[in-house]
Order: sequence, then structure tokens, then C-alpha cells
Amino acid sequence: MATWPILSVTTFLPIVGALFILLLRGDDEAVKRNARWVALWTTVITFVISIFLITGFDKGNPGFQFVEDHPWLGGTIRYKMGVDGISLPFVILTTFLMPIAIISSWNAIEKRVKEYLVLFLLLETLMVGTFSALDIVLFYVFFEGGLIPMFLIIGVWGGARRVYASFKFFLYTLAGSVLMLLAIMAMYFQAGTTDITKLLVFGFPREMQTWLWLAFFASFAVKLPMWPVHTWLPDAHVEAPTAGSVILAGVLLKMGGYGFLRFSLPMFPQASELFAPMMFFLSVVAIIYTSLVALMQDDMKKLIAYSSVAHMGFVTLGIFTFSNEGVQAGVFQMVSHGIVSGALFLCVGVVYDRMHTREIAAYGGLVNRMPIYAAVFMLFTMANCGLPGTSGFVGELLALMAVFKANTWAAVFATTGVILSAAYALWLYRRVVFGALEKDSLKAITDLDRREILILAPLVILTILFGFYPAPVLDMSAAAVGNLVAQTKAALAPAKAALLGVQ
Amino acid sequence: MTIASLMPVLPELVIIIGAMALLMLGVFKGENSTPIVEMGALIVLAATLVLVVTQPATPVSLFGGSIVIDAFGRFFKVLILIGAAAALVMSAPFWRNHKLSRFEFSIVVLLSVAGMMVMVSARDLISLYLGIELMSLSLYVIAAIDRENTRSTEAGLKYFVLGALSSGMLLYGASLIYGFTGTVSFAGIAAAAKTPSIGLIFGIVFLFAGLAFKVSAVPFHMWTPDVYEGAPTPVTAFFAAAPKVAAMALFCRVAITSFPAIASQWQQIVVFVAIASMVLGAFAAIGQKNIKRLMAYSSIGHVGFALVGLAPGTANGVSSVMIYMSIYLAMTLGTFACIIAMRRDGGQVEDIDQLAGLSRTQPVMAFVLAALLFSLAGIPPLAGFFAKFYVFLAAIEGRFYTLAVIGVLASVVGAYYYLRIVKIMYIDEPVARFLPMPKPVAFVLALSGAFTILFFVYPAPLVAAANAAAKSLF
Repeated sequence: MATWPILSVTTFLPIVGALFILLLRGDDEAVKRNARWVALWTTVITFVISIFLITGFDKGNPGFQFVEDHPWLGGTIRYKMGVDGISLPFVILTTFLMPIAIISSWNAIEKRVKEYLVLFLLLETLMVGTFSALDIVLFYVFFEGGLIPMFLIIGVWGGARRVYASFKFFLYTLAGSVLMLLAIMAMYFQAGTTDITKLLVFGFPREMQTWLWLAFFASFAVKLPMWPVHTWLPDAHVEAPTAGSVILAGVLLKMGGYGFLRFSLPMFPQASELFAPMMFFLSVVAIIYTSLVALMQDDMKKLIAYSSVAHMGFVTLGIFTFSNEGVQAGVFQMVSHGIVSGALFLCVGVVYDRMHTREIAAYGGLVNRMPIYAAVFMLFTMANCGLPGTSGFVGELLALMAVFKANTWAAVFATTGVILSAAYALWLYRRVVFGALEKDSLKAITDLDRREILILAPLVILTILFGFYPAPVLDMSAAAVGNLVAQTKAALAPAKAALLGVQ
Repeated sequence: MTIASLMPVLPELVIIIGAMALLMLGVFKGENSTPIVEMGALIVLAATLVLVVTQPATPVSLFGGSIVIDAFGRFFKVLILIGAAAALVMSAPFWRNHKLSRFEFSIVVLLSVAGMMVMVSARDLISLYLGIELMSLSLYVIAAIDRENTRSTEAGLKYFVLGALSSGMLLYGASLIYGFTGTVSFAGIAAAAKTPSIGLIFGIVFLFAGLAFKVSAVPFHMWTPDVYEGAPTPVTAFFAAAPKVAAMALFCRVAITSFPAIASQWQQIVVFVAIASMVLGAFAAIGQKNIKRLMAYSSIGHVGFALVGLAPGTANGVSSVMIYMSIYLAMTLGTFACIIAMRRDGGQVEDIDQLAGLSRTQPVMAFVLAALLFSLAGIPPLAGFFAKFYVFLAAIEGRFYTLAVIGVLASVVGAYYYLRIVKIMYIDEPVARFLPMPKPVAFVLALSGAFTILFFVYPAPLVAAANAAAKSLF
């Protein structure tokens, strides 16, 4: 066990960086440069510290590690932090994507740089806190607090319809979450505690589980997002600045999936079983419907946003199989999607920075002027449609295998989603990258510069690495997932036995 | 009765004697004495605050049981004194800028504070009414303090007429209750209410209608937007803070200590009023263009949320109301500090659109105001979230699930209009700068902003104090 509060440091270090940036006065170029460097170093150091979490993590231990526990709100509501094999990958994913997000907005953001960076650092604190909170009220505070910086990031630095998108994002997610807040309170009175570790083993009455599950579902379904409450996502993505999209797709969406894993499944197993067919249905609809919608988009970011909804469908499919491989697939798919979709948004950002349009029709033949870009974009396109050898394949394969066992029809329909994803991803790639370079405006476009290569290189490496050797993520989560699945099954067993007895 | 036996009401005595002394000073020295009287009033408030805080914890009953000095009352007295002091601090530069400096303002505020302190200590219907009237009469006067201005006088008159009507209802209810129970003391009423009569129920309805008017809860809220808009801004800041807190305290004490036996009767009223206030506050504020009117609807909504905490009638519920009102007080004072600072060469501006681009012209003010607005909307980790958290916690504990669900959904609707102001400040193109914020106003804003933003770091003391104080009602 670590002797220093390593999780709290990881969580709150970005705020310290944000305070430094706030202390900078003035608005000239030097100040902006300093602010960028401060933000970059803060996020890099945070990432380095979070590496200690990996090295000190005991993979064989299914419980929570690096636990910190201090009095906070009085009563049983405490400041309790800790990570297990399910939350740690997301913590690392967050700290890993943040420096990339900062560098990617190095030149793209020119107005109000300080505020922008402060908001990103604030967002990092809230995201890491969400994944490492072990008190359910603390979790909610972090979970919901993320709305404020994201609202401003989309609203101030976004595209033309940014106001609409930011309001939609904020109100949609808030409306979903407040019901969860009430459920949290009801759980508090039922169990007498807000400690997640105790709630996980509490065992809520069956009748209550249904309502609690639905309230949590309202929040996580919006966040993930699931069909039919996904409509905020394309708007938010299209209008957000590139780095905002990266974080939105890379981390914020994962909070929904993480919520299902951390709360819905282990705390309300019977309700989860009851609603599993509905989840399968919604996921399959999401996979097929949003893939078809993605086909028809003429805005690159919107296309990737819809594909995100489809990919999240695999996550929920996997999670609600209640099997080891399914849940692991969910975790892996989320990590993989965090990397791949983040990278895809960066790729769109690269050409957007040069041409200031995301219209697919405005591009074509980029391979002639941008060979490196074409290669990188190709890799992530392939990863997006789940080509073997990329990380996208592992998650989808595991999920589909698990679903096939649980519900063959769901697997059949979901698999068509894989085909459709190949269709829209490859078609996008063809229209943007291949063909003759005909448009005059593109004749002078330049290939990736060193900064862009720097941010895309780690993503390329990880995508391929996890494609061939997914063990780092799977091993990390194996024990915790095994424990979660065993617990859920154990909770379901008596109900089944009773049912058999009746028959 | 010896002098020593009056010690428990020393804070009230200090306020009243202080007000009289300052009145003499003002009368004899004329208008030039305004700064001295203002300073004197602040000193009186500060001295009273110290006295209230240092009072012994054991409850003391006085004047034949019509007044009680207990932890519940002291908690609210602290809030009232802070609210009044902050309003006085902010008003001085405002009056000077508008050439409205009058020494009477500070004195009338002191007198209304004395009324509020009686209200929160009242333990029978007579002292309840005395406290309310002393407060209300003072408030009618200061609503119309800008007497050359038609809007201000209109606000004062409107407030007076409707206030008198509500006082009448309250008095009618009190007389019904007295008639059917034969006593005015809350404890006596509680004992008599164990066998409720229809007359008593009627009395409660009228009494609660009067109280609902004082806290500006729907359907007795009509005066609020007009009075808030018409009164000079520092007066509105005062209205939104201290009197509301005092009236809410009285509401809690009457409901909890007089009618515990027939809780299910008054709970219906409170639940209805809470839902109506939250929903109307949320929807009606959306279309407002004037920021003071918007804050009026916002305050109606907040009263609804606070009443959610009262509905279960439990100790946790009362404690949640106390936490709510403390945080609400801090947020409101900060927001009004910003509204007072909305001043250009042409004078005060009140249009929300005038805040456009504030984040670029005055980034610090915009940042704090944005934090306050997010807090008013109830977004974590800001203080306003914890306020809502505790009232809904109490509602869930009391199994008021429908109330809680409607409440949180109303808070989502309410978030929209707060967000709209943030959007105007952060996203829209800037208009001209405001004049620099006067130092005292900036001071209040800084305190309230720091409280709102940093509350989550160390929330335990307020929660513990409210929990302890709420127990004294049970």
C-alpha cells in the first residue's frame, strides 16, 4: 500500500495547476505560452503519478486499493477514495488523454487560452474523482460537477451552434442525473451508509431494486449515451472544440458504462437481470440504427459521434450478459474506444485546423498531399470497424462471444452492426483520403507536423499493442470483474433456486 | 423581574436601544450624520452577533413563555444579523452614488432586525404577530425609501397593501386557533390539537397563508416580482436575504412546535405550496429580462425547495431547512452584490443583456457570479448543491417521493435560466464595462463567493450546527 495519498494527489493536482494559471496576469502571447506549458506539465506530471497506481496495484486483489478515508459531510458521508480493477483503467485513460488534449489545442485555441486550460484541468480533477470515489455522494459530486467545465468548453470555444449544443448537453445530462441523486438518497436510508464498498454487499430488497435501477439507468443511459437519449451527443461533439470532443468521447461517455458496472450490476442484480432484455434491445437498436444514421452524415465529427453511440452499444451488451468475458469486454471496449475515438477526433481536428470545415464533401484525395496522415487515419478507421490486430477487434469480439452465449439473436443483430461500422468508416475514409486531389483549396494542404505526430503516436502504439496483446487491461480488471460477476450471480442464484422449487 | 433575568434578551435590547440612540443622533445632527449612523448600525449588529454567539446553550423561556431563546432561534439570528449587516455594507456606496443617503435607512433596518429576532424566538401567537408586524412595517418603509421615484413608492405601497392583507389573514387564523384551543402558546396549542376540530384546521390554513405570504411562496407570491423590481437594489438584496430567513424560521417553529399532532394536515399545505413554488419559480423566471425580477422568481423557487425540507416535519428536515437558508443567504447576497455593481455612467442597469461579455470585461466578477449562478442552480460541488441535497434527503427519508421527484425536475428547469445568464456573460459579445465595483460591495461578493465555492471543502461545521440547533425544536 502506498504511504502517501496517491489517489488524492492524482485527483487534485490538476486544480493546483489551474490555480497557477489563474495567477498569470495579462493576455499577451508570452502569458498564453506560459499557461499552455503549465497546463501541459501539470497533466504530464499527473499522468506520471498515476503510473504509480499501476505499479503499486495488486492485480490479484479484487477489492479496492489505495483507499483513503476522511470525514467530510458529517455522519456516514465521508471522503473515501480508492480504485479497483474496474476503475483503474479509466483513471489511467483520463490522465493519459489529458496531455494529448492539451497539446492538441496548442495552436487551435487562440482566444481566452487561460480560461480554456483552467476548465480542462478542472475537468480532469472531476473525471479522475468520479472514477475513484468510494462514497456514493462524493461520486455524484464529481460526476455532476463535470457538467460545468464541459458546458463552458462547448459554449465558449465551440462552433456555430455552440449555445444550443451546450444547453442541450447540460440539461439532458442534468435531467438524467437528478433522479439518480434521489435514488442515492433512498439507498442511504435503506442501507444507512453511503460507502460504496458496503453498498456493494448490502443487498437491496427486490421491489426497491427496480426503482433504484431505473433511476440510475436514467442517468447512465443519458451519459453513455444509449438510444433513444443519445441525441445530445452528436450536437455536443460537432460543436465542441477538438480537445473537448476527445475528452467527451474518450472519458465522459465512459462514466455511463462505469456507472452500470459499479452500481447497477452489483448493487441491483435482480433488477439488472429483469431489465437485461431491455438493455439488449436498446443496445442492438443503438448499434444498427446509429450505424445507419452514421452512414448518412456529411459532417465528419457527427459521423464519428454516431459511431460512438453504436460502439457504446457493444459495451452495454457485454456488461448485461453477467459473464466474465462480457463484462471484461465492456471494460476493454470502453478503454479501446476511448483511445480510438479520441484519435479519430484528433484526426478530424488535424484537417479542420487546416481547412476550417468538417464537411466530408470538402475533402478528397488527401493521400496525395498527406501520406502520414492517411496512414494514421487508416489505422484508426480500421480500429473503429474492429479489424483484427487493432484494439477495437478485441472488445467487439469478446462482447459478441459473450452475447452469443446469453442471447443468440442479440448477437446476430449486433454483428450486422460490425458490418455497418465497416461500411460507414471505410466510406468516410474513401471520400476524405482517396481519390484524386481535385479541389483547389486542398492543393496546398500540409502533412502532419511534429506536434501532431507527437500526440497521435502514443495512440497508434496503444491501438496496435492492445490489438495484439490486450493483457495489460484485461489482467488489471480480471480479478475485480471476476469478483463482480461472482457476486452478481450469487445474488441471483437464490431467486432462481426459488423459481425452480416452485416449478 | 430583575435586570439579570433579562440577560437572555440582551441581543434584542442592544438592537433596539442602539436603534433609538442612533435615531437621536440622526435627528439632532441631521443628514450629515448618515455615515456615522451607518457605521453605528454596523457596530450594533456586530455587537449583537457577538452576544448571540456567546449566549449559553441551554434554552431559556421569558415573559410568561412567550419568548424562547434556544439553539434554533440563535442559529437563525446569526443568519439574520449577517444578512442585515451585508445589506447595510452594500447599500452605503449605492446611496451615495445615487444621492439617496438618509440616516433613517440604517435605523429602520435595525428595527426590522429586532422584529425578525422576535419572530424567530416567538413561542406564542402574540409575540409571533408582534415580531412579524415590526419587521413588515419597517420593510414597507424601506421599500419606498427612494420616495421621489414612482417605482420605489409603488413597490412600497403594493407591499404594504398586500402585506396588510396577509397580516389580516394571519391574524384571522390566529384568532380561530385561539378560539378553538383557548390558548395562544404554541405548547398549549400542540396539546389541544391532539383532538383537532375543524375550526382549528381552518385556523391553520389562514395562519399558513399568512406565513406563505411572508416567505413569498406560491400562491401568495404576487407581490414579490414587483417589489423586488421596484425597490432600490440594496433594499431588494435585504428583502431577499434576512426577512426570508426569519419568516422561514418562524414557519418551521410554528409548524413543528404547535401542530405536531396534526402533521398530516399541514403537511398537505406545505407540500402543495412547495411544489407550486418550485414549479412556478422555475418556469416563470425563464422569460424574465430584468435581473431583479428574475431573482424574485428565483427566490420563490428557492423557498419552494426549502419548504421541501419542512414537509416531513422531522428533525433532519428542519436541519435541512436551516442548511438551505444559510447557503441561500450567502448565494443571494453575493448575487445581489453583482447586481448592485451593474452600474454605468448613465446609472444603474438591470437588463440581463447588459451582462453580455462580462467574462472579458470584468473576468473576476463574471467568474464569481457564474459560480453563484451554478450554485443557485444546485450543481455540485458548489454550496447550492448541498443545500438541495439535504432538503431532498429529508424528503426521501419522510417518503415524500413525488415531492422529491417534482422538486429535482423543477431544479433542472430552473437550471436553464441560470445557465442563460452564464451564457450571456461568457458567450455573448461584450458591451461596455461597468463602473468599478465599490470596495464594500466587492468585500461582500468575495465573502459570499468564497463561501459558495469552498463550502464543499469543509462542510461539516455548518451541518453539525444545524443538526444540533434543529434538535431544540423537538
